[in-house]
Amino acid sequence: MIAASQPAQRPPQAKLLVVDAWGRIKHLPRSALVDLLRPGDQVIANDAATLPASLHGMHVPTGERIEVRLAGRRSLAVDDVSDFSAVVFGAGDFRTRTEERPPPPRLAPDDRLALGPLSATVEKVLGHPRLVSLRFEGTPDAIRAGLARHGRPIQYAHVAVPLALWDVWTPIAGPPVAFEPPSAGFALDWRSIAAMRVRGVAFDTITHAAGLSSTGDAELDRRLPFDEPYRIPDATASAIRRTQAKGGRIIAIGTTVVRALEHAASRDGFVHGGEGLATQRIDAASRLRVVDALLTGIHEPGTSHYQLLRAFADKNTLRRASVELDAHRYRTHEFGDSVLIERKARRAAYARPAYGPHEALSCWAGRRGARGRESAGRSVAGPTTGPR
Amino acid sequence: MTRILQNDSHGRFAGLRVAVTGGTSGLGLALVRESLARGARVAFVARDREGVERVAREHGRAHGIVGDVSKKEDIHPIAMQIVGGLGGLDVLVNNASALGPTPLALLGDTDCEDFERALATNVLGPFRLTKALLGALAASARCGRGAVVLNVSSDAAIHAYPRWGAYGASKAALRHLSHVWNEELLAEGVSFLSLDPGDMDTPLHALAVPDSDPATLKRPEAAARELAEAIAAALPARSPGKAPRGAAAVEVDAS
Repeated sequence: MIAASQPAQRPPQAKLLVVDAWGRIKHLPRSALVDLLRPGDQVIANDAATLPASLHGMHVPTGERIEVRLAGRRSLAVDDVSDFSAVVFGAGDFRTRTEERPPPPRLAPDDRLALGPLSATVEKVLGHPRLVSLRFEGTPDAIRAGLARHGRPIQYAHVAVPLALWDVWTPIAGPPVAFEPPSAGFALDWRSIAAMRVRGVAFDTITHAAGLSSTGDAELDRRLPFDEPYRIPDATASAIRRTQAKGGRIIAIGTTVVRALEHAASRDGFVHGGEGLATQRIDAASRLRVVDALLTGIHEPGTSHYQLLRAFADKNTLRRASVELDAHRYRTHEFGDSVLIERKARRAAYARPAYGPHEALSCWAGRRGARGRESAGRSVAGPTTGPR
Repeated sequence: MTRILQNDSHGRFAGLRVAVTGGTSGLGLALVRESLARGARVAFVARDREGVERVAREHGRAHGIVGDVSKKEDIHPIAMQIVGGLGGLDVLVNNASALGPTPLALLGDTDCEDFERALATNVLGPFRLTKALLGALAASARCGRGAVVLNVSSDAAIHAYPRWGAYGASKAALRHLSHVWNEELLAEGVSFLSLDPGDMDTPLHALAVPDSDPATLKRPEAAARELAEAIAAALPARSPGKAPRGAAAVEVDAS
């Protein structure tokens, strides 16, 4: 596999590897995505726009240059833009691999950070010398204006040219709450959304504040993904129920959608509208209650992204998919090619009883063994490393 | 006028999230005030920082954003502040306009750079800003709130007035753009309006026709009321819980 190094969201030659519910693999052009959808299916994407969350500036007590990457927030509330968690680097920028970036000067509570027009104070060091919570000074409007003027999109060394905000906003981008782009949505355009409608496929969105995918520090990376606030519109929640009642598939565009929907359904199996804070990790032990298929980017085996995919497919299937991705030179990272992976078929007894039989499941009832049990409260999956 | 009040009684502006470009003077400022008076939440954009701060001070609830819609690099920062400040977007008013050469000039005397400036402000700017905000607008439509883009037009978009060539051609392009957007986004539930507010007593008009008598011109406040009414008419009736999806939501005033 090779890293996609150009910030083109929808290159015409983009490829799609499809892994179906029975582990069968095929190669398609990504433009054929809509052809794989069936009438009654529902596609759900993350409409978060990406903040310019990389802020260069100075650690005032030492006068040293730093880069602050905003990494998390408590809620999606419009006025809740003063407090963020952030990963801090020493001098340098995205051109140096994050693994090789120097650490910041020693950070302590009450340290002032001068970030262009913005001024912030370290509130706490969060158990790691690079990870802090910080508070911006000023009104919400002034903070947003400062971010808009001074911030740059967070980026990594595999893309050599500096990214502009338009490079990281998906065509459906709305509320600016993501710290890194929900990049599976790069595959969407208005033509494909219209084509879904013609095909009888519903299209809806949620908003999920996608956080950092990598910090360059193994210890910190193990703590990823951080908690991420999300909002599910009531219209999306009720559309999901309609889809499920009719046996349609829920197709998530991106891992953030999986995280939000599965979190929202964790209480009673139903997706509820409203705001929440996704805290769970998803891995082989997670039982998916909502999402039937996932469109996502391509990441090296061994990363935690891979762990999330284990909720959809078993180890052997993913291993075979990796071999195919390598052999066909798929491009990795946020501007790379895509994989559509369908949740592996499970016994009818394990299908959601509340929604009636699932088309694909009922066909294969009993054919495959039961998948892993749900892991109550277990969180063993690794972080999502490497940009989404 | 009665019909305006009737529309307001439906409360379609109450809680509506409205963004207005060119919002510190003339029609734009009148639209900011009109929308606020009807209970909307408003963000406005203008190039001049002092003007933005002044209007923001006068109208504490409005979000003032400094930016130039004719500049490509300003578009996403503007969009980010609009949607960030309002938490979404239901109505975008592309009002900011540039005349082209001032004083107005025959096309044969028009500098290309002046024409380019008119196109950048009146055509490319609204195109880029609409595109950057389309995700937010379509999301609003899917939630049954409706979504309207009003592109402020001019009779110079239709009639061939000598010396109004750069402005007229740019406004004609914007008008056509509105119509194509509307066709393409009907199914997404995003409606486009292209409306001519008439000759108003505004800084832009004074620049174009310096010797006109303001008393003979329409007040921008009156034009803003009419435009607000047209926006309200293009929005779905508010019925919480029963969110209409798609274009069927658009109502047209009877009469």
